[in-house]
Amino acid sequence: MTAVTEHIEREVAIVPPKDHTPVIRSLDPSDFPTPTSRDEEFRFTPMAKLRDLHKGDVPTTGGMAIAVNKVPGATFELSAAKTGERQGFTDKIAAGAWASLDSISTLTISADAQLEESVVVSIVGSGAVSYGQLDINVGKFAKAVVIVDHIGDATYAGNIDINVADGASVCVVSLQDWDAKAVHLAQHRITLGRDSSVKHVSITLGGEVVRILPSVVYTAPGGQAELLGLYFAGAGQHAEHRLFVDHSEANCRSNVVYKGALDGADAHTVWVGDVLIRANAVGTDTYEINRNLVLSGGGRADSVPNLEIETGEIVGAGHASTTGRFDDEQLFYLQSRGITPDEARKLVLRGFFEDLLSQIGVPEINDRVRNSIETRLGGHI
Amino acid sequence: MSVIEIKGLTVQVTTEDGPKDILRGVDLTVKAGEVHALMGPNGSGKSTLAYAIAGHPKYSITGGSVTLDGQDVLAMSVDERARAGLFLAMQYPVEVPGVSISNFLRTSITAIRGEAPNLRHWIKELKESMAGLQIDPQFAERNVNEGFSGGERKRTEILQMELINPRIAVLDETDSGLDVDALRVVSEGINRVCAKGETGVLLITHFTRILKYVKPDFVHVFYDGRIVREGGSELADDIEANGYAQFVTA
Ligand SMILES: Nc1ncnc2c1ncn2[C@@H]1O[C@H](COP(=O)(O)OP(=O)(O)OP(=O)(O)O)[C@@H](O)[C@H]1O
Ligand SMILES: [Mg+2]
Repeated sequence: MTAVTEHIEREVAIVPPKDHTPVIRSLDPSDFPTPTSRDEEFRFTPMAKLRDLHKGDVPTTGGMAIAVNKVPGATFELSAAKTGERQGFTDKIAAGAWASLDSISTLTISADAQLEESVVVSIVGSGAVSYGQLDINVGKFAKAVVIVDHIGDATYAGNIDINVADGASVCVVSLQDWDAKAVHLAQHRITLGRDSSVKHVSITLGGEVVRILPSVVYTAPGGQAELLGLYFAGAGQHAEHRLFVDHSEANCRSNVVYKGALDGADAHTVWVGDVLIRANAVGTDTYEINRNLVLSGGGRADSVPNLEIETGEIVGAGHASTTGRFDDEQLFYLQSRGITPDEARKLVLRGFFEDLLSQIGVPEINDRVRNSIETRLGGHI
Repeated sequence: MSVIEIKGLTVQVTTEDGPKDILRGVDLTVKAGEVHALMGPNGSGKSTLAYAIAGHPKYSITGGSVTLDGQDVLAMSVDERARAGLFLAMQYPVEVPGVSISNFLRTSITAIRGEAPNLRHWIKELKESMAGLQIDPQFAERNVNEGFSGGERKRTEILQMELINPRIAVLDETDSGLDVDALRVVSEGINRVCAKGETGVLLITHFTRILKYVKPDFVHVFYDGRIVREGGSELADDIEANGYAQFVTA
């Protein structure tokens, strides 16, 4: 059997500017119709498995346990009041989470602080229906690494708003290392100031349904966004990432790399990468890539890169997507050195993620991720 | 003393237009301590023979036998063959992204020796072998064959052979793509393994230049899927001077 590699290289068309403002932006879930699988944004999503979170009105049955380590330069607080300005969400799930939550977590990185240690926000579920809002506010010229670690079991809609002030640089890793039955739906909204940069990393390993929507908005020129993702879906798991990078300012960059592996019957992964380069976003440089490795039969990887360009005056724009199985020549090579077929596949699988882990560049999560994948494979591969 | 015996081996490859016969009855015996050179024109089936011995799934055996010290090689899986003592240095070594040379070699050696090597000894052993083949120590942390030049890949194949110390090594055009200095270094590596007398070598090549360093005990001429002539090293000189046409019987 030879490797099946499917390339999707879509036409990149320069399209006339249109109004991209979503029809609805609101903090009130009742402003949205209930989404169905006929809606473009939900066409890959198993609506029946969302435990009605998409209806925006499921009552809370318990909280998540949140713990944060103490790192100089970072402060964390919980507040009950929904004060201050907040932009409306773009779907009923996210607005429903906002309407239903009873406290907001705010992590503030002081201006100019150069954090020497990662801030770890650990969010532990105990099986209840709960909602969350985490704000990560990174002050001017600050530099920080934040790991948001989701574990346990939950039916959880929790959004993260990441605000990066001028000249600041932050790496936010969201780890979805849930137990098998968890459902987790989230919007991660990133707002970038002048010459600021973000590395946003989504790592989805566990949970029955995980659906993360990272989005980037540039508010001034010079912003840089690196959106990285690593996902693994075992039998019956649904791992979905939908990205939206809105290039609305000049001379900004974005780079998207998502890699996933699927193993077993009904394993389903979805990656949608929407990049919009607006007419005024001259000097934009963007590239996105998604690679999927199907380990055993029955899995399905949907991969849809989408690039919309309204100006030709850019530095570069491109995308690539591949979905394939193990390369037989690689496996033969390893086996011809005495390595068993199982061990050979494990090596290749580890290798598949290894360059991404080094690109993520947060060494403390490496072993955790490697081991979690191997445990979830359950010894077989 | 190890010996591989190949008798009446016929092999097909699966192509888009169905199966195609490549090997048409190969008889060859290689014993530990011997060096056999196998020479033949492009497309005559030399690599097919090498892959068939190693167990590549693309090639199907339609007849004949291969035994290593009396054991049926053809009944073994690819990794079992390697653990039984067969080694193939490939004509086109494969890239394995994300897997470092050091991790790969440690995993391989652990599998072949049946236990993980003592870490301190292993590091020393690896360093020495790399130095002997003039491979930059930094290569240990590079991914297997990724971005390696042709010559670097070939050196790395011989590095593996030296560490594994196989009973039978098939070297498929290990000399191709090597500059003169690399050819000498690689040849010395092969000779170091041969000198122990525990390994039989089947050296597939197009050129006599490597045979100046690695002296063959036997030379076999391969043509259209079978061995058509056998002799000593003088046969190699004859081929270099006169080509293969002389061996073709109408
Ligand atoms: N997958 C394949 N499909 C079709 N033909 C094949 C395939 N694999 C091998 N062959 C053919 O089998 C024959 C033998 O190939 P092989 O690679 O063994 O030759 P070789 O003697 O090693 O040649 P070279 O000296 O060029 O390395 C060639 O004609 C080759 O085209
Ligand atoms: Mg060949």
